[in-house]
Amino acid sequence: MEIGLSHYLTVAAILFTIGIFGIFLNRKNVIVILMSIELILLAVNINLVAFSVALNDLVGQVFALLVLTVAAGEAAIGLAILVTYFRNRGSIAVEDINLMKG
Amino acid sequence: MIPALFFYLFSAIAVASAVMVISAKNPVHSVLFLILCFFNAAGLFVLLGAEFLAMILVVVYVGAVAVLFLFVVMMLDVDFVELRQGMLNYLPVGATVGLIVLVELALVFGSWVINPSSVSTRAAPTPTDITNTEALGRILYTDFIYYFQAAGLILLVAMVGAIVLTLRHKEGVKRQNISEQVARNPATAIEVVKVKPGQGI
Repeated sequence: MEIGLSHYLTVAAILFTIGIFGIFLNRKNVIVILMSIELILLAVNINLVAFSVALNDLVGQVFALLVLTVAAGEAAIGLAILVTYFRNRGSIAVEDINLMKG
Repeated sequence: MIPALFFYLFSAIAVASAVMVISAKNPVHSVLFLILCFFNAAGLFVLLGAEFLAMILVVVYVGAVAVLFLFVVMMLDVDFVELRQGMLNYLPVGATVGLIVLVELALVFGSWVINPSSVSTRAAPTPTDITNTEALGRILYTDFIYYFQAAGLILLVAMVGAIVLTLRHKEGVKRQNISEQVARNPATAIEVVKVKPGQGI
């Protein structure tokens, strides 16, 4: 029973789908939506690293590193926006965000 | 046999904890399951032979991002029960989209092969005689220096943005004003009062 590229791609696909599903399921809770985005980016990273190892090319891991950087920055900015939004409105309901025009 | 066993262990726990992330009632539990998921993904990376990324995943995600999430979840006074109202309304559309994406990914993965000529177009073939960390370092700081610098710039912008967004100046809080302090001289800072003996001021 050899673990090959397709096994890792399957895990990544399942994680990706769970992430997308989570965005739909928790439409009101921004925190869980941000966590779902992190899951999606993790799935992408698993794909990049799996291909990098399968093709013997290190560039995939460099890209995974860059994705990691962007994910960290995105989480920081998203949570900062969330804190500011909570200060202004006293809730984090996503449905009201379109009320803040301008 | 052992690597296969560990692969199934890590991936099963990762998928199960990912499901718990999106379905847990308490957001704090969601964050903790996210940490578990990232730990197991790091295990998968170790199995793949990408040790450096595995350790970075643990350091960056568990050490920084997840703790940030925990801080925010605990700091905001939110009624999370109310936020879960109507969750089941979104279940059908979410399940539909998720299923479609999964089927599409399965179709892509099922019918795809690696182009044999892609071996000759490798940008950075993995060296066999040095460790993963050293190999990554050798190309990251030479061939990919601009990407590396751009990543640093992104982090800087994210840091400045997060600080600008969340910093607020409260009224009535005493702050240090350095130029005012430096501009003081004895004439403005000291008042000489003659006190007569036996009397106060």
